[in-house]
Amino acid sequence: MSAPRPLEGIRVLDLCVVWAGTYATCILADLGAEVIKLENVHVFPPMTRGGRARPPKEMMEGALAWGTGYPNNEPGPRPWNYCPTFVQLYRNKRSVTIDLTSARGKALLRPLIEQADVFVENNAVGTAEKLGLDYESVRAIRPDIIMLRAPGYGLTGPYRAARTLGAHLESVTGHTLLRRYPDRDPSDTSAIFAGDHMAGSQGAFAIMAALRHRRRTGEGQMIELAQAEAAAPMVAQAYMHQAFHGSPPEPVGNRSIYGFAPHNVYPCRSPGDAEDGGDRWIAITVTSDDEWRALRAEMGSPPWADASLDANAARLARQDEIDAEIAAWTRDQDDYDLFHRLQRAGVPAAPILEASRVFGDPHVRARELNSPQTLPDGLGPYLFNNPPYRFPATPLRHDRPPVALGQDNEYVYTELIGLSPAEYQAIVDAGDAGTEFDADIP
Amino acid sequence: MPGALDGVTVLDLSEWIAGPYAGKLFADAGADVIKVERPTGDPSRGVGPFQGGTPHREKSGTFFYFNTGKRSVVLDLKREAARDAFLRLIDGADIVLESFRPGVLDRLGVGWERIHARKPEVALVSLAPFGQDSPYRDYKLTDLTLFGMCGEMYSMGVAEAEPMKMYGAAALVQCGASAAAAAMAALTVGETRGLGQHVDLALADLQFNGTDRRHATQIGNQFSGRKTLRAPGGGFMVLGGVYHCADGYVLFVSANQHLDRVRAMLGRPAWLEDPRWDDPAVQFDPDAIGEFDAWFMPWCLDRTKREIWALAREHRVLCGPLFTVEELYADEHFRDRDFFTTLDHPDVGRVEIPGRAVLMGATPWRISRPAPRLGQHTREVLTGAGLGGGEVEALIASGAAAPANGAGAS
Repeated sequence: MSAPRPLEGIRVLDLCVVWAGTYATCILADLGAEVIKLENVHVFPPMTRGGRARPPKEMMEGALAWGTGYPNNEPGPRPWNYCPTFVQLYRNKRSVTIDLTSARGKALLRPLIEQADVFVENNAVGTAEKLGLDYESVRAIRPDIIMLRAPGYGLTGPYRAARTLGAHLESVTGHTLLRRYPDRDPSDTSAIFAGDHMAGSQGAFAIMAALRHRRRTGEGQMIELAQAEAAAPMVAQAYMHQAFHGSPPEPVGNRSIYGFAPHNVYPCRSPGDAEDGGDRWIAITVTSDDEWRALRAEMGSPPWADASLDANAARLARQDEIDAEIAAWTRDQDDYDLFHRLQRAGVPAAPILEASRVFGDPHVRARELNSPQTLPDGLGPYLFNNPPYRFPATPLRHDRPPVALGQDNEYVYTELIGLSPAEYQAIVDAGDAGTEFDADIP
Repeated sequence: MPGALDGVTVLDLSEWIAGPYAGKLFADAGADVIKVERPTGDPSRGVGPFQGGTPHREKSGTFFYFNTGKRSVVLDLKREAARDAFLRLIDGADIVLESFRPGVLDRLGVGWERIHARKPEVALVSLAPFGQDSPYRDYKLTDLTLFGMCGEMYSMGVAEAEPMKMYGAAALVQCGASAAAAAMAALTVGETRGLGQHVDLALADLQFNGTDRRHATQIGNQFSGRKTLRAPGGGFMVLGGVYHCADGYVLFVSANQHLDRVRAMLGRPAWLEDPRWDDPAVQFDPDAIGEFDAWFMPWCLDRTKREIWALAREHRVLCGPLFTVEELYADEHFRDRDFFTTLDHPDVGRVEIPGRAVLMGATPWRISRPAPRLGQHTREVLTGAGLGGGEVEALIASGAAAPANGAGAS
């Protein structure tokens, strides 16, 4: 048995939706906290265990795999347990189903809150209040609780009530207009969801900082994270550009915001095309004159790469021309071969990996970034992400596969809440402690 | 009121973006973050945007943003006297952050073994491109190559063009936030159990196993055998995509439109009352999408992004205007929440930057000072570590340490 993980002994209640809060609790679970998802078989929350509880098979065809790529392209008997959009973030967690809208459910939650150190939620503002789970109410039950609330735009201000998913947040926070192809409409790049990584990581950081404060003073606290604010550092240099120059920067696409050149994505020898996921590309980024000389040598010092391009300023002025020459050179090469060759010469380069290629990568295998996990209903094993942090003295692990709806009902109701077997059975019989969403939920 | 990390000392040797952002988060939460810089400074001092437009190591907006709240001490760790001073700083530290290429700290003689022997409860958090132990250990990463290989760049953009990255240094900033959580966990173990360890973080791992859709594409492919391809963000469903409006763009997208809300937002036009729109399949029917857009696009063009978003908020429809950072600086919501912090810097002048990641009720989160000038706190930090005035001046005279030049030097 290895040493306890950093957060062993900490219990977290998780009333999160979509990704932002869910990623925060995933990090805490990876670090050894006991994270209990609070779910309700009578309510299907938006974009949390799927777009719908029971997606029709027709919805799966033609759509992208990250959204509707259910196992074997079938909804299966319990689609909410294996929606690809969300299931990775349920590792190392527990799930209990409890009807928090009912008086009985609220009464059952009370002893859970009494035994919890942390409560995390990121619902639209108003949801927690309606459930009687605002900070003051939770603190009345557990005075030193640490509560993280992480709505899209915060608990105050004119936008507090706005409904939002990652794509909307990125539009509002400036990212969508900044990251686009310089010569294309922003509608072509509206589908990146980058803010959740920021909200989840910084939420977990703040919770651990608050736990430290509690260890020293006995005092809990409320943490408010507005996802729109937590995402701002991703466009920090654009803010600084605005602050210094009084205008926003122009979008540069894959080129360097610092003006390094060449710096772009180039085609490689491809077994297929973009329609079948077989197109291959390499990113090459020259960030110094030394790296330029190394790249030039690897290209065989072609006549066009003459001394007039020795300085970055000259390369920057002629980057269209240089990019065309480099693309002509990379076009017939294997992306991985070129990656190794350029890196060994000291040039930052990398293949643009389509997701199915990740598992064959030597780094991914050597670092054991994934492990086989089996899902309920006989599905799997599939390779799921492991915790990405390496703590040699307190090793992290993927020891609980992505949790199914209500999987830990018996544990939570009997061991934590303290119900007798008969009392627990009554909750089961009443339909609250189940493992399936109500049959009339589409 | 002290911050949550009051009394914590971080030695931050990290450079560029990810490590410095992690260190900044510690500073914002109240830790004393000592930025140990090489004599030429963190290389991010050499990249823009620059105040005044001309390169200057004290005027880099990139350096400024990611190093607020820290103190700067310049040590030339290639010199033995500087290494001795560094070990004195270790005596007062709780955690050390570094982002050198693997092996560099060892070669300098201040690697993990030395740090651990000096103070066993201190954690060393190393943040390297591919970690301390990988077949790619000596390879480099930049934001583009990091996101391209390890993040979900492949499916970003359109099929007829190359994959498109996020803005600027976004992937590195994500890794910095992720590394801060790991470092905080390492600090927790150090403080509660007296156990230091060498935490081995790889930028690559934090992207491969992070949360920007890559986790979903990885498992979705294994589940279904299908791939996540580049496809435009709009045009696939009714009210799904980026629409031109009177003063820019608005985004509407949802997994499942609430048609009752959409009708109310649009003022209940007669044609949309037709019950056929209630059929979920219609949402994905190209003819229906065209019919909807023929009415909806002019509706958008008649209104500003703020007018449209106000209607959407009122009727609980998922929507977001595409703002510029210029609009964000002036935005009433972020002003109302006091999101921005104004800082005065001797070279940069007065500047306003986005503020905190979180608001903490009992322990304030604040940007306490602007980014340090190179070596601004060299004397103060070394004296604070117990070195005598003569020792400090000898270090400076030998070039092992350096104070700031000119105005603002301590």
